[in-house]
Amino acid sequence: MRTITASFLFSASLLLMPTAFASTLDTVKDRGSVKCGVTNGLTGFSNPDKQGNWEGMDVDVCRAIAAAVLGDASKVTYVPTSSKTRFTALQTGEIDILSRVTTWTLSRDSKLGLNFAGVNLYDGQGFMVRKDLGIKSAKELNGASICMNTGTSTETNIADFFSANNLNYKTVLFEKSSEVASAYDLGRCDVYTSDKSGLAAQRLKMQKPDDHIILEETISKEPLGPAVRHGDDEWFDVVKWSLMALIEAEELAITQSNIDTFKNTKNPRIARFLGTSGENGKNLKLAPEWSANIIKAVGNYGEIYARNVGEKSQLKIPRGLNKLWSDGGILYAIPLH
Amino acid sequence: MTTPFNNNSRYKKSRYQQWYEALFGSKINSVLTIASLYFLYVTIPPMLNWAIFEANWLGSNASDCNSSGACWVYISVWWQQLLFGQYPSEELWRLVLCSGLFIILLTALILHKRLRAPLPKRLLLISTLLYPFIAFALMYGGFFGLAIVETRFWGGLFLTLVIAVVGITTSFPLGLLLALGRQSTLKIVRLFCIGFIELWRGVPLITVLFMASVMFPLFMPQGVNVDSLLRVLVGVSLFAAAYMAEIIRGGLQAIPKGQYEAAKATGLSYWQAMFMIILPQAITLVIPGIVSAFISLIKETTLVYIIGMFDFLGIVQFTASNSEWIRYTKEGYIFVGLVFWVICYSLSRYSRTLEQKPSNQH
Repeated sequence: MRTITASFLFSASLLLMPTAFASTLDTVKDRGSVKCGVTNGLTGFSNPDKQGNWEGMDVDVCRAIAAAVLGDASKVTYVPTSSKTRFTALQTGEIDILSRVTTWTLSRDSKLGLNFAGVNLYDGQGFMVRKDLGIKSAKELNGASICMNTGTSTETNIADFFSANNLNYKTVLFEKSSEVASAYDLGRCDVYTSDKSGLAAQRLKMQKPDDHIILEETISKEPLGPAVRHGDDEWFDVVKWSLMALIEAEELAITQSNIDTFKNTKNPRIARFLGTSGENGKNLKLAPEWSANIIKAVGNYGEIYARNVGEKSQLKIPRGLNKLWSDGGILYAIPLH
Repeated sequence: MTTPFNNNSRYKKSRYQQWYEALFGSKINSVLTIASLYFLYVTIPPMLNWAIFEANWLGSNASDCNSSGACWVYISVWWQQLLFGQYPSEELWRLVLCSGLFIILLTALILHKRLRAPLPKRLLLISTLLYPFIAFALMYGGFFGLAIVETRFWGGLFLTLVIAVVGITTSFPLGLLLALGRQSTLKIVRLFCIGFIELWRGVPLITVLFMASVMFPLFMPQGVNVDSLLRVLVGVSLFAAAYMAEIIRGGLQAIPKGQYEAAKATGLSYWQAMFMIILPQAITLVIPGIVSAFISLIKETTLVYIIGMFDFLGIVQFTASNSEWIRYTKEGYIFVGLVFWVICYSLSRYSRTLEQKPSNQH
């Protein structure tokens, strides 16, 4: 009996023993591809292009990291995740990085065991209403019925905003954004609330996109960014500085098309960026030209923004907070040296 | 049965009269008929206009569509995604071959008795048993120098059929064993089967899928990854098996006790009695129930979208997140609905022919 108990305890302890992950950076280099968790289809962030390949803001983050680590932006394995499965996918190692319009919050950063590597879009929750209602401000929404998604921070934000302003409201909940949008378009509710980026996409789906307006108010901070697992600082650094490199390139006015013209530059910041001087690559255990590879593959932050969600896309979301700090926004690259 | 009265033309109503009475026989009938005709008049022509007469059939861009009719261009642009998901284009022949073999096998199984020279049973049995392995080798690769196509690239109608066919073919034998086990005289077997069936029938499929995709990986030691499609397939099969078990148990209970006793009296063993006497009768009785369980399983596979897989329905959602096509989900859903209808309706027709076959049992 004692031996049985002992062997049971022994095998149980084997099962419970925390088996440490191998370094994600080494795993990715060995595997030759970055496993990137994205949405299962969200316009402007991760959606199929005409050939069925992934494109979008979040997809470009994945591509940037593949370019930095492997020198080839196409070496990404995209893993579609739903809003319910995304964190498990990261925690269990099914993906190396979660780049899926995920809001950076304290609880996710701590309790859920994630590390947010930065912000690739400062978004915020807004309201869309029909123009003919004549509403100018969210404070006029007393008694409104509001369509929204379940299981995201949207519900809490609405509750906070309406109770702070002493307003009544009724929620109409759905699992998928498309369902929320069509319910709103069919008039099942007065207001459609979601992140402004999402509203811009859903507006394109309305029967008459021009009949709807997005109200000025932004009732929440939704810093969206890529996340990695706790406890792998090396990989965390790679993702963090890859994001930084996108912003740094815009600050230096280095673009996808002009990057080769800087070869003989005297500017020490640019030389460090291109990897011709300094030890940035070595410190991150990457090739010296890691940041140059990123820009060659996806362009700088401004180009990514314009192409996917900004003026060159159908969404046409103004850059707002997502401008460089020198242009009145809050994007600021920590010095790369 | 004909009687002299039926043959007498004085008493026989013409077809016209029968229709007239059914439609306008009473005041209520007349009102209902006129109301329904009006309803059809209001709904059918605009629908046909949208779907056919004013629809856009040709083109390669969303801009080739005008807003007055359906944009079937969507289907022609995205057909590959709709059918096969993100399966690499250069490997598509493997799936085509696989479905070709599947159709041949299915036709042979259904029609072999009508052939003048019936195919040998052994050949059919061997090819049926071999098919899953050949299909797996073709779909996943890794054998005979075929490149591996990971299951995350599987999608569209192909993924839906994989889940449905695997669910159907594994749930039937499993359900059979569970049904027999539930009637077993061995208490432990009986309790296990009852527990299993009631546990799986007591939870919705979506819970099973969440357990398989979200909870299960957390129980595994870190770094051990079981393929997510495999987890779903196991979950769906066990779920369907529990329902199957109850349907088959219904059939078993409908067989008169005398049959069991007679089988025993002739000296047949338990398994002989079951497979030669009881089950053939019991299963024939519950064919409608079995087939409707299959049909609902096929439709329930669409739930996998919620755990991040692109089944036939989910792929519409995915392709329509392209900003150019964002407005055309309707066309996609109608197309998917039609295909689902064709599949499910053929299944139900096939079950009717099975039921009508004279019982060929002993």
